[in-house]
Amino acid sequence: MKITNTVVKKHGLKPEEYSKIKELLSREPNLLELGVFSAMWNEHCSYKSSRIHLKNLPTKGKRVIQGPGENAGIIDIDDDDAIVFKIESHNHPSYIEPYQGAATGVGGILRDVFTMGARPIALLNSIHFGSPSHPKTKSLLEGVVSGIGGYGNCIGIPTVAGEIKFNSTYNENILVNAMAVGHVKKDKIFYSKAKGMNKSVVYVGSKTGRDGIHGASMASAEFNEDSNSKRPTVQVGDPFTEKLLMEACLELMKDNSIISIQDMGAAGLTSSSVEMASKGNLGIELLLDKVPCREENMTPYEMMLSESQERMLIILEDGREKDARKIFEKWDLDFVVIGKTTDKNNLTLKFKNDVVGEIPIDALATKAPIYDRKWIKTKLPEKKIQIKDLKKIKLEDALLKILSSPNQSNKSWITNQYDQMVMTDTIQRSGSDAAIIRIHKKEKAIAVTVDSSANYCKAHPHTGGKQIVCENWRNLISVGAKPIAITNCLNFGNPEDPKVMGEFAECLLGIKEACEFLDYPVVSGNVSLYNGTNKKNISPTPVIGGIGLISNINNTINHYLKKDKNIILQIGKNFGKLSQSIFLNEIYSITEGPPPEINLSNEKNNGLAVLKLINNKLVSSIHDVSSGGLLLALAEMAFKSGYGVKIDKPKYLFNLMEYFFSEDQGRYLIEVEPNNLDKIKNILNENNIFNETIGIVQKDYFEVSGELKIKINELCNINNSWYNNY
Amino acid sequence: MNSSVIVFPGSNCDRDIAVALEKLQFKNKMVWHKDASLPKSDLIVIPGGFSYGDYLRSGAIAGKSNILNEVIKAANNGCLILGICNGFQILTETGLLKGVLLRNKNLKFLGKDIHVKVINIENKFCNKYKKNQILKLNIAHNEGNYFTDNDHLKELEDKNLIPFKYCDENGNINQENNPNGSLNNIAGVFNDKKNILGMMPHPERMVDKIISNNDGVNLFTSLLN
Repeated sequence: MKITNTVVKKHGLKPEEYSKIKELLSREPNLLELGVFSAMWNEHCSYKSSRIHLKNLPTKGKRVIQGPGENAGIIDIDDDDAIVFKIESHNHPSYIEPYQGAATGVGGILRDVFTMGARPIALLNSIHFGSPSHPKTKSLLEGVVSGIGGYGNCIGIPTVAGEIKFNSTYNENILVNAMAVGHVKKDKIFYSKAKGMNKSVVYVGSKTGRDGIHGASMASAEFNEDSNSKRPTVQVGDPFTEKLLMEACLELMKDNSIISIQDMGAAGLTSSSVEMASKGNLGIELLLDKVPCREENMTPYEMMLSESQERMLIILEDGREKDARKIFEKWDLDFVVIGKTTDKNNLTLKFKNDVVGEIPIDALATKAPIYDRKWIKTKLPEKKIQIKDLKKIKLEDALLKILSSPNQSNKSWITNQYDQMVMTDTIQRSGSDAAIIRIHKKEKAIAVTVDSSANYCKAHPHTGGKQIVCENWRNLISVGAKPIAITNCLNFGNPEDPKVMGEFAECLLGIKEACEFLDYPVVSGNVSLYNGTNKKNISPTPVIGGIGLISNINNTINHYLKKDKNIILQIGKNFGKLSQSIFLNEIYSITEGPPPEINLSNEKNNGLAVLKLINNKLVSSIHDVSSGGLLLALAEMAFKSGYGVKIDKPKYLFNLMEYFFSEDQGRYLIEVEPNNLDKIKNILNENNIFNETIGIVQKDYFEVSGELKIKINELCNINNSWYNNY
Repeated sequence: MNSSVIVFPGSNCDRDIAVALEKLQFKNKMVWHKDASLPKSDLIVIPGGFSYGDYLRSGAIAGKSNILNEVIKAANNGCLILGICNGFQILTETGLLKGVLLRNKNLKFLGKDIHVKVINIENKFCNKYKKNQILKLNIAHNEGNYFTDNDHLKELEDKNLIPFKYCDENGNINQENNPNGSLNNIAGVFNDKKNILGMMPHPERMVDKIISNNDGVNLFTSLLN
């Protein structure tokens, strides 16, 4: 087949990129080689637009064992324990085929974690859909949720936390981000870097089929009317085989047979072999006749570009083949030596005794294009809306409307489709500020959460970037955890649009500043660009997944009210700023104005002071104040607890809407016993933490003095109503 | 007391049940499905999970595996058998328990805490519970909707072969508190001799206060009695 301009374009490569390929090879590539280049040089695998911005993120810290660049990040949680974690997007496949797209998203991220030697202990997800009234939303939603559940439930790893949001910006391009967290002993970590010449390269796991060919290239282009015809590029998940593969790999990892191991994710056999060789400064030779195939007459091109799931590539120590094979045979999985490492620094592909492709490794990896794309700043929007100019609404009506809205309503209809308890270490399940997972057979635990704030990021990317890191940090504090590190999934539109590239650059700047200030490094992540359809880009949606450490499992806390007549304190200052709030958005459909300001030093001081109170057992319950503001946070503390609250009218900010619905940052609500109040106030005042008593816990009723009084179970019913009627 | 936990490819509650058994002083052994024989066991547990991916029909392939012949022999000799979730499905596939487990009535996976009432305490598995005691347990299944023919259903009720029924937190047994559509709110059944128990809720998830409660403990300590 002759390589024409059309063929190059079909591979997602620009003319200038094709010229660079010819230059690097000093000749024209054949079709197989072109396919391999397209798989390695697409945005998804090469990070060509994002790399120069990513390198500014803080990635080091005294607990960081492995930062970005490996299959997942690793942090030290004391003793001989470490946590391996990463988040990844599966947006494009999930829009085309929601069940399989979401399921294989979960499968892929799990492999990234157990490839490093860790047993996965928790799954999280962040899913974003278009407007509930959009004709596609309901079926996409049901498909994605059952896909996430279908994979995690079957493989037996609890899905413990997540977020779901509806916004018309995702009408034609949903977001499905999955995060996996695993536990590993520090001396049993495995990496993907190849070492040594003439070592066996072993293929294990499922057979290779024609599914997912060019999946990574698809994920690196915008959608258009033909997107449905891309269905064959979506992979099909098999959680049962992944369970076998996971157990077999973890069994093999008990001894020292493995030199390096890499899962076959995006761009399958191509990217796994190239990454291993590139990191080890070696070459790799693959005998493609040996690749176990599911279908007949597969060509080298198809084998190299297939994204069939549940496959791994392992480089073995000499003489370990027999024992390793036994393990994979026990689990009924393929185990085939398909090649060896070489000192030629090439990717050499052989088929039927011919060399069918030969490409220098560095041309595929380190010499892949890097772009410093044009970007423009987003100005801080002006505040134009004055609350006094808006049509008046009663506090009760506003609260009920917000509580019954799709975004704020109870999400148990989703979480009830996930097994949250398998592995029997889930101390706190979803619905809390963060989930808590005990380290198996230990007295310590980790807290995990994922967060995003697309509306804030759209209004002002720099502030939005800071805000999500802070909110994520705050959520971990709110369950009694010391925040340690994050992973991020950066979902943006088309990077060739300077506005989008600006959103990317500025969100990242915000993330960097907050992470540096809070000593909260980024240890892994994923970039998903080209989220949009027909030139319409999604709102910038970076998603942050955070891990915190709870050194003593008896020191966890949740947000459910505990006791009649306890006192409720608000920590952090309420400025009554409403722009970009849920209140303005849900009640008045107003989406203009600046997001709430971030004061990093208040954020840190407030959080650390609160953590101190929790560790001294002075707090009965705690909740952070985030989207929806003070009143929504109070309602969430009341649900499930059976208790209500009696809140005083504000002593300042006499407009009730500003007081109860502003989303000013760095705030927490804590419930305390009356006899501890003086002690707590002293600690807070000594640390210059702004705090005020706002009300008390009472039985049965949710009340704001003289303004509203609702029975708690009525409030719950309203909060539960949305999905039942959807 | 000696216990064995059978592990199939795709079992995923095998570690959880082993942890619970060991915590409650059982001497436990794990048995791989390809093993030809069983270790000496007073109790055999078939754990939850997705044996063989549940691809054909939940429990169908595991029900035909080698080790199950040994389990059937042991059961016929009076050994105690406990099948939880997928284990219950496997027991119905082997014929050790009658009835079938259909798709949940809402056609969705259900992972949540539910309440059950202890109906029968005169047996090896429940003698430490109080009659009509209400337990909070956890379910996690796609196919937990127990169904059987009318004659067998009558037999189950008449012979008191139903240890657990789904109920609300106050013990009311009605359709509103039937999570999956099971006939008569059945959450678990015995065979005639009451040495084999199959149940959809997971007692092994309720033996540790820090993650849930201790409502499952007595099921295991009853066996030690």
